[in-house]
Amino acid sequence: MTACMETRFAYGDALLELGRQRPEIVVLDADLYKSTRTVVFRDAFPDRFIDIGISEADMVSTAAGMAASGLIPFCNSFAMFVPGVCYIPIRTQIAYPNLPVKLVGSSYGLTQGPDGASHQSLEDIALMRGLPNMVVLSPADEVETRLATFAMADWPGPAYMRTGRYGVPRLFGDDYRFAIGKAVRMRAGDEVVIFATGHIVCKALDAAAQLSRDGIAAGVINVATIKPLDEAAVLEAAARARLVVTAEEHSIIGGLGSAVAECLAETTLATPLLRLGVHDCFGESGLADELLEKHGLQPAGIRAGILRKLATLQ
Amino acid sequence: MATQEQISQLCRKAAEMRAHIVAMMGAGKAHHFGGSLSAADLVTALYFYKMRYNPRNPRWPERDRFIMSKGHSVPAQYAALAMIGVLPLEELASLKRLGGRLQGHPAMHLTPGLEGCTGALGEGLSYANGMALAGRILGQSYRVYCLVGDGEQQEGQIWEAAMTASKHRLDNVVVLIDRNRLKAMDAADCSKTMDPMATRWSSFGWAVREIDGHDMAAICQALDWTDTQRGQPSAIVANTIKGKGVSFIEGQAAFHNGPLTEEQLQLALAETQSACQWVGHSCPAAEAL
Repeated sequence: MTACMETRFAYGDALLELGRQRPEIVVLDADLYKSTRTVVFRDAFPDRFIDIGISEADMVSTAAGMAASGLIPFCNSFAMFVPGVCYIPIRTQIAYPNLPVKLVGSSYGLTQGPDGASHQSLEDIALMRGLPNMVVLSPADEVETRLATFAMADWPGPAYMRTGRYGVPRLFGDDYRFAIGKAVRMRAGDEVVIFATGHIVCKALDAAAQLSRDGIAAGVINVATIKPLDEAAVLEAAARARLVVTAEEHSIIGGLGSAVAECLAETTLATPLLRLGVHDCFGESGLADELLEKHGLQPAGIRAGILRKLATLQ
Repeated sequence: MATQEQISQLCRKAAEMRAHIVAMMGAGKAHHFGGSLSAADLVTALYFYKMRYNPRNPRWPERDRFIMSKGHSVPAQYAALAMIGVLPLEELASLKRLGGRLQGHPAMHLTPGLEGCTGALGEGLSYANGMALAGRILGQSYRVYCLVGDGEQQEGQIWEAAMTASKHRLDNVVVLIDRNRLKAMDAADCSKTMDPMATRWSSFGWAVREIDGHDMAAICQALDWTDTQRGQPSAIVANTIKGKGVSFIEGQAAFHNGPLTEEQLQLALAETQSACQWVGHSCPAAEAL
């Protein structure tokens, strides 16, 4: 059993590395720097860190002005508030002119846990995916989060990334090469292919292992870039699979499930699709693991969902 | 300090700007006449008097920046940019036309000389702060001027930005309030209390001057005064008349974004054109029509 790490910590450490390498990197936070882990950058580079206070719209608009003046700003809050509170300035001032502002939503999804529905972002990917020019990232572990942080800094336009407050095992080795727009096969298996993202990648891997004991060859593909979607990976898997599955800690409306569904719907493939995620409802207070279980996103729930769906295909 | 001769020249420029604004908008289509005309004197003073700006190099890193936070009034800025040569004067006629560069609201990536994208109200002052903070971080001495609408101050983000600017002691930020008392549908104070405005800005930590926003000497003097403020941002509350310069548009909320008839257009052109002549200047845009 490998040690687990929350991806927000990997992000904070990567930001510090970036800060050392590139003087144009600046960081803004909205009174959550200890939670978002930008505190590490703040302590090292106080002159390039701004705690703007509890005003997320002010934060992203300020960052846009900084980006237009030659800096590369990273904006931070909970994923509920960035992008939730500041959708319009993100749209008008960042996405529209294609400015290199980097948005990082921390403590995303159900695993935000006890704070309840007001703090559990289940629609943030939907908000950001609809914006032209916006890249949407949802890394699966510490290694990928670190590399995604570097990649978004190098990306010439705006990008949104989720970081989590939920320990996940390390899935990638030191030789892993992350590329924006590239999905990565994590487990072989063509009968059922699970496209998973973020925290749910490790859950999907466990579910696939259970399914193999059921005699079902289930593969897992990690989709760390939800936009632009790696359509080739989706089509290649769908061409051979009996069932395509998406699994995400997000509403099935507007997230990875929608992206894959849109991709498949425009092909001649008739491969059935199962979208696992939060089914058009709000979260609630509870422990992270309890909430994942309730919404069928623990390995047993993913396995059960897939078996139910396969039964309808017999 | 502006000389009497400069003030006279600036008044001619403002009259010319108003003629351009009316001419580019034309008849039969809804346009933001009111706010563009009320801001014309302020925009003129910025581009022709105050700002360090090189029209031959609009991306000069040390240039002063102007953010039109009330983006619907961007025709005044288009006119200024055309008058200083950043845009061709003929291009003004393409305002809001399909495929053109002069969008209904500012698009920095499409139009040379624009510094930001605005249009959704309330966002421009935060953006100006960001430019000012970047100037500080990068060791550049440019100043950032931001024009905020009267009704726009009803957006809460303006006051978030006001608190940010004073906290960071951004004495390189100047906000100009185009206090024309009207918003899209009716008077600004029909919806929220708008007074006392100057006191609000000072209580948010800003150095404040209140002026007649159509008195060119007062505008220049107030802009010079902002240069002398240290350790806090400056606000100029400029009392203006919405639609200033065209008699039947003045003070009419209907012309916040409304069309002129052909007859009204001719009248508006005649009024703005004669104002140009009155101050001894011919207006190519008006003459072209």
